[in-house]
Amino acid sequence: MEMLMNALKGLLGWVDARFPATKLWEEHLSKYYAPKNFNFWYFFGSLALLVLVIQVVTGIFLTMHYKPDATLAFASVEYIMRDVNWGWLIRYMHSTGASAFFIVVYLHMFRGLMYGSFKKPRELIWLFGMFIFLALMAEAFMGYLLPWGQMSYWGAQVIVNLFGAIPFVGEELSIWIRGDYVISDATLNRFFAFHVAAVPLVIIGLVVAHIIALHEVGSNNPDGVEIKKNKGADGIPLDGIPFHPYYTVKDIVGVVVFLMFFAAIMFFGPEMGGYFLEHANFVPADPLKTPEHIAPVWYFTPFYTMLRAVPDPFLGVVAMGAGVVVLAFLPWLDQNPIKSVRYRSALHKLNLALFVAVFVFLGYLGVKSPEPVLSELGLRFSEVYFVFFYVLWFHSKSRDAKFSFMSLIVWVGLFSLNDVARYVEGAGELMMIGWLIPAVYLAVMFLAPLYTNLNAEKAVPERVTG
Amino acid sequence: MTDGVDNNKRRFLTIAATTAVASVGAVGAAVPFIASWNPSARAKAAGAPVEADFSKLQPGQMMRVEWRGKPVWIVRRTEQNLKDLASLTDSLRDPESTLHTKGQPSYAANETRAIKAEYAILVGICTHLGCSPTYRPELAPADLGEKWRGGFFCPCHGSRFDLAGRVYKNVPAPTNLEVPKHMYLSETRVMIGVDEGAA
Repeated sequence: MEMLMNALKGLLGWVDARFPATKLWEEHLSKYYAPKNFNFWYFFGSLALLVLVIQVVTGIFLTMHYKPDATLAFASVEYIMRDVNWGWLIRYMHSTGASAFFIVVYLHMFRGLMYGSFKKPRELIWLFGMFIFLALMAEAFMGYLLPWGQMSYWGAQVIVNLFGAIPFVGEELSIWIRGDYVISDATLNRFFAFHVAAVPLVIIGLVVAHIIALHEVGSNNPDGVEIKKNKGADGIPLDGIPFHPYYTVKDIVGVVVFLMFFAAIMFFGPEMGGYFLEHANFVPADPLKTPEHIAPVWYFTPFYTMLRAVPDPFLGVVAMGAGVVVLAFLPWLDQNPIKSVRYRSALHKLNLALFVAVFVFLGYLGVKSPEPVLSELGLRFSEVYFVFFYVLWFHSKSRDAKFSFMSLIVWVGLFSLNDVARYVEGAGELMMIGWLIPAVYLAVMFLAPLYTNLNAEKAVPERVTG
Repeated sequence: MTDGVDNNKRRFLTIAATTAVASVGAVGAAVPFIASWNPSARAKAAGAPVEADFSKLQPGQMMRVEWRGKPVWIVRRTEQNLKDLASLTDSLRDPESTLHTKGQPSYAANETRAIKAEYAILVGICTHLGCSPTYRPELAPADLGEKWRGGFFCPCHGSRFDLAGRVYKNVPAPTNLEVPKHMYLSETRVMIGVDEGAA
């Protein structure tokens, strides 16, 4: 036994002299000191990595049976489901994994928002994360075309035509993307290439960059305290514990619980009532007929509502793109020196809670038909979504009465001008009730600090708590 | 600096020259890859006109024909439909089809947007984002409101068109539905994709 151990040690020494195996292990795991106060929200980083692995592995096996050809694709997916041994399981893992990826990533992003993890010195971690999010959306969108069902086809038709809304070059651009005048075999083939090779490579590269950047500056924590400011005599942060074994063990608990939910969905409700796999996608693509009700998969719906909220096609695309891109600017928008929501004001807590509620509600609206009342709500909540970022900046420090009232007047004025521009007879009542939504939100966010105690912040402790 | 040689300048020029030449090479190498995305010769060739026989179409009915991978609708309008078209002018964005005429045949620029008023021939692709709107010929259905006089409703983003493919005001679609070039071969047959001029 001892001889074996010695032999292994010798081998490791041989490797270490040629490749930094031990060095990497120590830098990123056994001697990477993470704050000791990680809570529930810190599961989602490692879970995102787990889902990435699930997607890569199941994806590789799916390509062994799938045919990227417009005449064969739909049937090959059914072949995987019915005839390939365990094919149904591998495919459901992949389709459930897609939705799970977005659930985990959205929660991971919300964690960053709550604890100010995007703030200095972690701006680049956040930016790498935003690029991962963009790449993930591209990956999901192109993957959704592959089954060549009705939703695949018409979803791709709508999204590719979004590029057609760009002035001057749009028409050419969308033809170039499709490789044809309509979504066709050429489109399917290139989306397949991107989905299985190009975008996964980019995602994996970005994940590596995300983690390298994180390990360079160190992890934030629920208190938003920099643990590197309080080091012991040995140079190790007093509030830090080695990632391995402490957090590897903790994350295993998270993995087990996550996989319980994952397996429950995969085995008992892989379609999730039409949200994870849309019903219309069980019908082969028909270029002559759009399904009666078309909606993107749930994870795109908040941004889809923003697209629909703006009648002008190009500006709609701009609104949808801005809805994603604005998140990348968070590090420079929220300049409040307090990182964690724990020590921010009650008003900020309310603002964050409202933001989550608005995001979820925009998602709900995105799967609904655009009836007048729902369209109005879609516009109003999109307005709140965007102005939230201004409010974050506004709450970065205390503002005087003049600035607060000016902010209120300018923003509400802008919304009202838009209302005047889009007024048609008979829409007035709905418009006025809808107007109250952003107006009340802004009035509370801008004026509460002047007249109430809601903006009182707490002292941030020197060391992490509990 | 030695021997009257400005090393900084020399280094700058070396780097600039290398970068410039390498950039030209990189752009040149990228051209075939980017160009490979354009429609292939085969995709360009597949665009022949199609012939449709609508002899079985009853008043109020619609049929679909595939042309260049897109749906083309042939709708046989009723007397009532044609009367309704005239009454809608105020709620339409471009009732006479004068705003967006690029690529549109001249016979599309009138109230019925048709050669024969009875038959509407339209490309069934919403001018907003390319969904195919649903044919909704009924009058004043519950979901479309009392003013609905029959037409096309896009399920994707709620755009509305009347039975001549003319777009309503305040919907996402910016322009009227396209009318494909077409010519009647007989009373009940039409050729889509060419018109008299070309044939």
